[in-house]
Amino acid sequence: MTEGPGARTGAMVEFDRVGLRYGPDAEILADISFNLQPGSFYFLTGPSGAGKTSLLKMLYLAQRPSRGLVRLFGEDLVHMPRHRLPGFRRRIGVVFQDFRLIPHLSARDNIALPLRIAGVSEEDLSGPVGEMLSWIGLDDRAHAFPPTLSGGEQQRVAIARAVIARPQLLVADEPTGNVDPEMAMRLLGLFEALNRLGTTVVVATHDIHLISRIDNAQMMRLEKGRLADPTGALRYPPANRV
Amino acid sequence: MIIPRVPVQHRRLLPDRRLSGPTPWVIAILMMLTLLAAAAGVGLARAANNIGDAIAGRVTVQIVTANPVTRAEQAAELRRRASAAPFVREARQVGQDELLATLGQWLGSAGGDDPVLRSLPLPALVDIDFVGGERAGQLAQLRALVAEVAPGARVIPHAEWLGPVARLIRSLAWVAAALVLLMTLASGAVVIMTARAALGTHYATIEMLHLIGATDRQITRLFQRRIAIDTAYGIALGSTVAAAIMSLIGWQWSGVTSGLAATASLGPAGWALLLALPLLAIALAALTARLTLLSALKKIL
Repeated sequence: MTEGPGARTGAMVEFDRVGLRYGPDAEILADISFNLQPGSFYFLTGPSGAGKTSLLKMLYLAQRPSRGLVRLFGEDLVHMPRHRLPGFRRRIGVVFQDFRLIPHLSARDNIALPLRIAGVSEEDLSGPVGEMLSWIGLDDRAHAFPPTLSGGEQQRVAIARAVIARPQLLVADEPTGNVDPEMAMRLLGLFEALNRLGTTVVVATHDIHLISRIDNAQMMRLEKGRLADPTGALRYPPANRV
Repeated sequence: MIIPRVPVQHRRLLPDRRLSGPTPWVIAILMMLTLLAAAAGVGLARAANNIGDAIAGRVTVQIVTANPVTRAEQAAELRRRASAAPFVREARQVGQDELLATLGQWLGSAGGDDPVLRSLPLPALVDIDFVGGERAGQLAQLRALVAEVAPGARVIPHAEWLGPVARLIRSLAWVAAALVLLMTLASGAVVIMTARAALGTHYATIEMLHLIGATDRQITRLFQRRIAIDTAYGIALGSTVAAAIMSLIGWQWSGVTSGLAATASLGPAGWALLLALPLLAIALAALTARLTLLSALKKIL
């Protein structure tokens, strides 16, 4: 492995002059550069169509950039062979606005999915799944199927699924978009609790009130495919080294 | 492995809707037709080979001398001298009663005791089987012998009049083989379409499995298992129906005793092929599904 910015900065995620285009169209993301430090909490904001979801897709390895450098956990993801990606994806949890639960699996089975994919035995996963169900307050709904759950309950199941394998990075795309304000605050509390346990959290949201609820959170703002850096700490190289 | 092992909990990732889609039924129909075509092909090929073996080395000498006494003497002499010839395996004079019985079938006289039938000027026939070897040379030697013993007699190689029949049967066997090949290709195409449709239907599940770190191999095994099982159901159904049809035809065939029909049978190798075809079909379906799925998954990051 060649030494890269991550080796110098200790960053978990590094984007350096990253651009993304679909087909021959103009770039929807251009010159995106930032570092995400381990154990930090980030909000990604910006108007609809600014490119938040595309940026998150690159973070959770559903999309490779068209240009630039992306390093995750110190490794170059742009040129990484495809067969190595699953191992990296298991270190990342993803939460979506539309939950994306598998409808014919119970809440318990949806939560257990990442552990089963990772090859954890049924005996060993029953404990963690039970703990997760308690943590999200859905012990009594363990065997309910997603269509019978409320939006808030589904999102809590989705969060439990995203974090049960103890990911180092949690990426959430508008996680509170389909729940009421009270549930949004509960969900944010879950993210904050995870962050306190050492997980790096990136939450894309429109909700400016949500952002003010987390102390020490940093903010990235996307506008027309370019990243604004209100805190000055996200640039690569970091502002204090420029 | 034809049907890959998948943990029970993983199997639930795909909803259990066995035999609900068209695939098992289409595969069942194709399998039934494939087995029937294969059975017909094997039976016809064996019949053609049997006929070919029987006619390749046999000739009939037809002695048409007008005087019946001379005719009988010539036939006896030809049989005797041909039997002694080194290129002849067997020489047999066709008896008068046998000739009358054969003609009786055509002329409607039972038992060959019809006075009209007996009054017909029938030729004397001598069947001669050559030993294995160079046929043209053997035929030339026989013609020389016949010219010496019974001038004016006709030498009729059986290959001349049964050869086209054997070639027709062989052609039909090839047509049956081509049908088997085409239906195998059609079955493969059905499996490919099924695999692609499954990927389309379950794309959201596949995308989620990818995001949580499932490998292509894990996802492929899941779908491969489902497709192989669905296909196996279709193949079992099609094979059962084909076996029933073949049993019925075999039962009716056993009542047919005429020469050409009696030569048609499947033989041990034919039965082995028919038994192997369903297993080969399941393996082919699983392999096709696997390759299709892996190819499609590679297009997703």
